[in-house]
Amino acid sequence: MNVQVSPDKIKPAQAKPGIVDCDIHPSFRNKDALKPFMSKRWWNHYETYGSFTRKVFSTYLPYPRMSPDTARADAWPPNGGAPGSDLDFLRKQLLDQHNITHGILHPLRIGGYDQRNLEFGAAMCSAINDWELADWVDPEPRLKGSIYIPQDYPEAAVKEIEKRAGDPRFVQITTAAFASEPLGHRRYWPIFEVAEAADITIGMHIGGMPGHAITGGGWPSFYFEHHFSNAPIMESVIISLVMEGVFERFPKLRMVFVECDFAWVPAACWRMDKLWARMRDEVPHVKRPPSEIVKTNMWFTTQPIDEPENPEHLRETMEWLGFDRILFATDYPHWDFDDPDYTFKFKMTPQERAAIFRENAMKVYKLDKAA
Amino acid sequence: MSETLKKNRDPMTISGYDAIDCDIHPAVPNMQVLMPYLDDYWRDHLTSRGTDRITLHLTSYPPNAPLSSRPDWRVKGGLAGQDVDQLRTQALDAFGSRFAICNPIYAAQVLYNEDMSAVLCSAVNQWFAREWLDRDPRLRASIMVPSSQSPQLTVEEIERCAGDKRFVQVLMLCQNELPLGRRYYWPVYEAAERHGLPIAIHAGSSYRHAPSNAGFPSFFVEEYAGVSQNFKGQLLNMIAEGVFVKFPNLKVILAEAGFTWLPNFCWRADKIWRGVRREVPWVKEAPSEYIKRHVRFTLQPIDAPENEPKILERVIDQMGSDDLLLFSTDYPHWHFEGTDALPKGFPEHLKKKVLFDNPLATYGRIRDAIRAQEKEVA
Repeated sequence: MNVQVSPDKIKPAQAKPGIVDCDIHPSFRNKDALKPFMSKRWWNHYETYGSFTRKVFSTYLPYPRMSPDTARADAWPPNGGAPGSDLDFLRKQLLDQHNITHGILHPLRIGGYDQRNLEFGAAMCSAINDWELADWVDPEPRLKGSIYIPQDYPEAAVKEIEKRAGDPRFVQITTAAFASEPLGHRRYWPIFEVAEAADITIGMHIGGMPGHAITGGGWPSFYFEHHFSNAPIMESVIISLVMEGVFERFPKLRMVFVECDFAWVPAACWRMDKLWARMRDEVPHVKRPPSEIVKTNMWFTTQPIDEPENPEHLRETMEWLGFDRILFATDYPHWDFDDPDYTFKFKMTPQERAAIFRENAMKVYKLDKAA
Repeated sequence: MSETLKKNRDPMTISGYDAIDCDIHPAVPNMQVLMPYLDDYWRDHLTSRGTDRITLHLTSYPPNAPLSSRPDWRVKGGLAGQDVDQLRTQALDAFGSRFAICNPIYAAQVLYNEDMSAVLCSAVNQWFAREWLDRDPRLRASIMVPSSQSPQLTVEEIERCAGDKRFVQVLMLCQNELPLGRRYYWPVYEAAERHGLPIAIHAGSSYRHAPSNAGFPSFFVEEYAGVSQNFKGQLLNMIAEGVFVKFPNLKVILAEAGFTWLPNFCWRADKIWRGVRREVPWVKEAPSEYIKRHVRFTLQPIDAPENEPKILERVIDQMGSDDLLLFSTDYPHWHFEGTDALPKGFPEHLKKKVLFDNPLATYGRIRDAIRAQEKEVA
């Protein structure tokens, strides 16, 4: 005889404090997913002229992916649709499976943030924000929204932030990390100003197509290189943010760098510190050593985790950066997903584990106050 | 043994070991010094356009920026590194270098007109052999080439210089028209390998692309801080395109690239390669394996905290090989004070390897020169 178990008994995982996953990618159920959230004028524009950005293909990234939809092979929902497009399946495969109590959404794909037609980009960003709430955050409160903005159109970005930042369903602002110019440039400061005033974190996820080559030496040939380049480009973005004095001007601004690896950060700090000491007269607005700025205003997500042959090497690197700077992320449903049970191959203290899997993110994103 | 040799082999200032300095920068003071090495057409062409009298400093190295020259190494009214005698005293005697490899960075390398670029590179090589190499037996040179604009003319210049054994490698800048692994450049690597010449890839941009992968930085300090990213892109491209599979005896030196980024580079590149290697099936081994066999790094600049020498030791351990670093001062660039080219606390067991053994294993032509000197002594 089957016995109906009481709801209390089927949630043993809840006994443990859960995980905060700082990088989940929801995708559209179908090509019309944004239609309800766009004006007729802009939807018609989209259907007629499509996405008009600074890259070679209007409908795809410059380098074909190595797996369909860049996804884990098992992430295709059984009821059809693209990986990350089925909320029920995402609940089961990700949130329930790994006891994720807070999952931060990073919509990618369509690229509202790097449209050359600025008004269209702004309309699309706003539609993506409405879609996040309607299709994801409202039906599943464990999921948290990101305010998607057209960073190269700061006036519209500021308006979008002002409209959304008071809504506790959004826990961060997200930009394309690879913008028209290195993101420390003054043209982006209105965004930083309003973010600081609203006390909301900026999460910069890799992505965006700025038009210039993705390496300083030109366009490489392979997806292998494109995928690799995400970390070094973010490194250049961070150097820009530091050297432009963004955190001197906006000292309370919090920035999280997502899906760009973190083991390079200590070496970047050492290099910046030495050069800043040597040539600080060129950037007198930078008052503190760059490594200090990194350690007060910046955080980094774990995925894709580095896997040195000797796992202790990664631990050393994390100690140099600081365990308080590192936030766990899965990158679900992408092929290089990190499973929280297998991400770290060295011993951590319970405190270190709690910091990385939960507490750091709770603090940075002020998740206690989130909806 | 000659007096010069005896003097040069006295106990070394910095460590007690022989040193081979793998990256110093003599300067071409102006284009006029090159005029005697041009044919009539080019001499007339350049003088009639006034080109021989214009100043062409690379944006990558503003001559007055603190990085470009240490204060005590500046040349009054000229460019740091342009004076032979000063360079001998400051770059060679001071460090007790038994050999030093000269990497001039000059406009000839980056001109858009490939013929003009080629004749000026060739003129620099001829001028350098006459005015520098002939004047001090410790000096060795890189072959300056128009590699970015014309692999064909580059090969011709390599063939012209290769007979002079004082040219010990081919010099390319880090940022060119195409990423350095592309087949476009393979004739250059074929010629270099055939002559036993390593390829040195040196910091610097021809500005064919934005100088950083994030666009145009606002400040020099920002752009220079980002130089290591450009090397990461080039190193991965050379591995991914299969340069080291095609040219199994080729050695590549990343000069003035920094190296404390290498552990993370290898972890990341190896992991991604494991995931996507079917895209590049000719890359049969993990990227870090090719690096261990084929790629070397000049020592300066050392991007690690000076007050915590233990960290540098840990980074070198993470690099997984003691063979990768080649001593360099990067004279006259300003990375350290006095003669502290090896920083305080530099691992004792690595000193001899970095100062002498690793450069010797890298440069066949310097090995031959040392053998010849030893024969002379015997």
